[in-house]
Amino acid sequence: MELTTVWFLAIAVLWTGYFVLEGFDFGVGALLGVLPRGRAERGQALETIGPVWDGNEVWLITAVGAMFAAFPAWYAGLLSSFYLPLVAVLAGLIVRGVALEWRGKVTARERRLCDAGIMAGSALTASLWGVIFGHLVSGTVTAALLGGAFSLSLAVLHGAVFLGLKTAGPLRARARGVALAVSAGVLPVAALVLPALARAASTGPGGPAAGAAAWAANPLPWATALGAMVALAAAVALVWRRREGWAFTATAAAIALTSATLFAGLWRAPLPGLTLAEAASGPYTLGVLTWIALVALPFVLAYQGWTYWVFRRRVTA
Amino acid sequence: MDALDLARWQFGVTTVYHFLFVPLTIGLGVFVAGLQTAWHRTGREHYLRLTRFFGKLFLINFAMGVVTGIVQEFQFGMNWSEYSTFVGDVFGAPLALEALLAFFLESTFLGLWIFGWDRLPKRVHLACIWAAAIGSNLSAYFILAANAWMKHPVGYEVTGGRARMTDIGAVLTNSTALAQVPHVIAAAFLVAGGFVIAVSAYWILRERRADAASRDGAGTAGAPAAPGARSPAGGGPGPRAAGPSMWRTSLRAALVMTAIAGVVVAGSGDLSARLVHEQQPMKLAAAEGLRHDENGAPFSPVPGVEVPNLLSLLAAHDPRARVQGVEDIQRRYAEQFGPGDYTPNVPVVYWSFRVMIVFGMAAASLAALGLWLTRRRRPAPAWFARACLWALPLPTIAVIAGWLLSEIGRQPWTVQGELLTAASVSPGVSLGEVATSLAVFTLLYGALAVAEARLLVRHVKAGPAPSAPPPGAEPGTGPGDARAATAPLAPTLMY
Ligand code: HDD
Ligand code: HEM
Ligand code: HEM
Repeated sequence: MELTTVWFLAIAVLWTGYFVLEGFDFGVGALLGVLPRGRAERGQALETIGPVWDGNEVWLITAVGAMFAAFPAWYAGLLSSFYLPLVAVLAGLIVRGVALEWRGKVTARERRLCDAGIMAGSALTASLWGVIFGHLVSGTVTAALLGGAFSLSLAVLHGAVFLGLKTAGPLRARARGVALAVSAGVLPVAALVLPALARAASTGPGGPAAGAAAWAANPLPWATALGAMVALAAAVALVWRRREGWAFTATAAAIALTSATLFAGLWRAPLPGLTLAEAASGPYTLGVLTWIALVALPFVLAYQGWTYWVFRRRVTA
Repeated sequence: MDALDLARWQFGVTTVYHFLFVPLTIGLGVFVAGLQTAWHRTGREHYLRLTRFFGKLFLINFAMGVVTGIVQEFQFGMNWSEYSTFVGDVFGAPLALEALLAFFLESTFLGLWIFGWDRLPKRVHLACIWAAAIGSNLSAYFILAANAWMKHPVGYEVTGGRARMTDIGAVLTNSTALAQVPHVIAAAFLVAGGFVIAVSAYWILRERRADAASRDGAGTAGAPAAPGARSPAGGGPGPRAAGPSMWRTSLRAALVMTAIAGVVVAGSGDLSARLVHEQQPMKLAAAEGLRHDENGAPFSPVPGVEVPNLLSLLAAHDPRARVQGVEDIQRRYAEQFGPGDYTPNVPVVYWSFRVMIVFGMAAASLAALGLWLTRRRRPAPAWFARACLWALPLPTIAVIAGWLLSEIGRQPWTVQGELLTAASVSPGVSLGEVATSLAVFTLLYGALAVAEARLLVRHVKAGPAPSAPPPGAEPGTGPGDARAATAPLAPTLMY
């Protein structure tokens, strides 16, 4: 395979990993004022993400760093053209990050402030990623707003399912109820967003709407979008049947497949008027990066996986 | 005022701010790992308490390093898109390496350390803090390799208007980076050492005051020291007569660390100065306020005073060496690169250089003096303990001054000899947008700085949590009772 392709795929994988992993951090954070009741339960909820959220965020840092190194013009063009939304993303990440780290070290009054910061920062950032990427692939404000609604509701569902999987006691039971309630909102939004995303990804905003022509033009985004829809429906059914582990797998798959649809579109045009080949670094740099990634990534995956294993037990209040 | 000016202010503000926290993370992480190792080896309780105490301060600070670091990574693309496009091929690689090799290590193992106290075997738990500390130091190496390339570009060629990397080995072993890495890491240890010195000295003074007060109290009552009397909770359970205060332990350890760091910082600084002489003559000339090329150039410690030949000696280790001056370099650059102003802001560069050296070396000297004063179980004299409080601000100011020297001295270039700052800025970003983000970050950072400072002060004052409930401890045993102060705070490192 050509190195440009390899690095495009690597960046897609890094972003996807970020969406899946930080997705449940954002969901847990956004639900903080709604789902857990009382101080002990809020602590319990946050302890499910406490040991891992920072490591999850490094997926973003690596994704962006890899874009900088492998496709400098893409990195520069993307970041400078979504300037103000990214300022808001950064503000959200800052507020959420310090609030999470400081929360255990402050007075009761300040802790409430931290909780507000965690909720606001999580919800803001989760929706802004949808806004940014929605606008990037389809270029309209409506698509951006729908994208934001979708990414936020998907993160909330993912987070609720995660809490059901990782906690014990009353919180676990309530998480199931919230997941079911949220899915009533997620499914219709998904039914609106996913086909639009697939269409924009396969042929650009002006392409054939659906049906055989659209499929024939570029089947991949349609297939991944369909897969995402199926995974979402399966997630709801699995939550209903209390198969928590499988439900979490399904929401993770839904996010991953949505991200795959998105990147199928970016493959066509990473930015309006820019091709990947133009954006790419030279073959020497890409080769160096490939070797480094091949050596380092297995270790990263191993020790991050190990972290989840160490903290595998359900958290009690 | 245009978007370029604001973007420069933005970069300066956010980077300086990031670097307020980073040195403490780099140095304190290793210090805490050392304390935990000492506990592991000796099993002595007070090492554990120090580990947890400084560990908590470390974590409060770490949070700020992380969140401000993310801004750094984004703003190259947001504000400096022309720069990013030009250098990404070379400059992006160390940044990607940093994320992949350093940040993953640091963040993952820190999470394990914070939450793993009772879930991991002791040895594995100890390894976690070391892995995190190594991650921080590795990250400094990679980012400095990137920064050094801007001062002394190597291992690349320019084709099609973009720099293309031709040799990663040359980029990672850039002479400038090899001088800068020990310099910055030693400076970070100086900052962290100064922090521990100041905190320990604060507690030593406070314990003495409490002891004196209880002795007076006991004296007026005409009774021997009450058996239940103990140091303020921070000082530890049990009368301190059992052994020297644990604060002496942390003070001495930090004095050693700071004094060694002082030597390394001076040695590597000397090396840096010689490289600057070769690679960035304008920066050296500005740092010295030297106007014309001279053989056997003098050094002026403050304006008006000159020591003959010293600058040549410093810059090239040869008293008669030729050193270039600002106005002559300006003339040569205008011939070489075309008309323009190639002179950085000379007063800022000149004074930054002096502040860096004087403030930083003052802290290192304080540490060396302290080692002598406290030798062989001698208690630290009160005047010295009070002077130790200066160990907190001095090295931090020195580090910031050093960066102003380094970055402002490089102007008007972002990449020395290749790319001007004016040509680096994002063309499509408007003045309003940059102004908005500058305002958002300045306000947010200002508020967080206040919050962080208050949080650190409060936790320093509260002192370490008592290790076990001290026998017979009644709440409120004195005005400085730290247990009362800790009460509203969470008892553990967790939520
Ligand atoms: C506690 C802090 C501290 C102390 C005591 C010193 N420095 Fe320093 N210096 C720094 C902290 C620092 C720094 C903040 O870490 C810098 C900024 C950029 C860099 O690489 O390190 C720096 C940069 C820096 C540079 C610019 C390098 C460049 O731009 O490429 C030179 C020439 C020196 N230093 C030289 C010295 C000398 C001769 C010192 C004599 C004792 C000295 N420094 C002490
Ligand atoms: C962490 C410590 C650092 C500090 C305190 C610092 C400080 C500054 C300051 C004050 C400026 C503005 C100079 C001016 O406008 O006259 C600047 C510019 C710049 N620095 Fe640094 N810097 C640091 C590290 C770095 C590193 C590690 C890099 C790269 C990896 C870097 C890249 C840049 C760039 C791209 C500019 C362009 C803007 C300009 O030149 O005005 N800096 N820096
Ligand atoms: C000499 C300059 C710099 C050094 C030594 C340095 C070092 C560090 C360190 C040790 C951390 C760990 C977190 C913490 O400190 O609490 C950190 C965080 C971070 N830094 Fe810097 N940094 C420097 C400048 C920059 C610049 C210019 C960038 C921009 C690319 C940057 C990007 C980041 C990022 C993205 C993080 C967050 C990573 C995390 O989650 O741990 N840093 N930096």
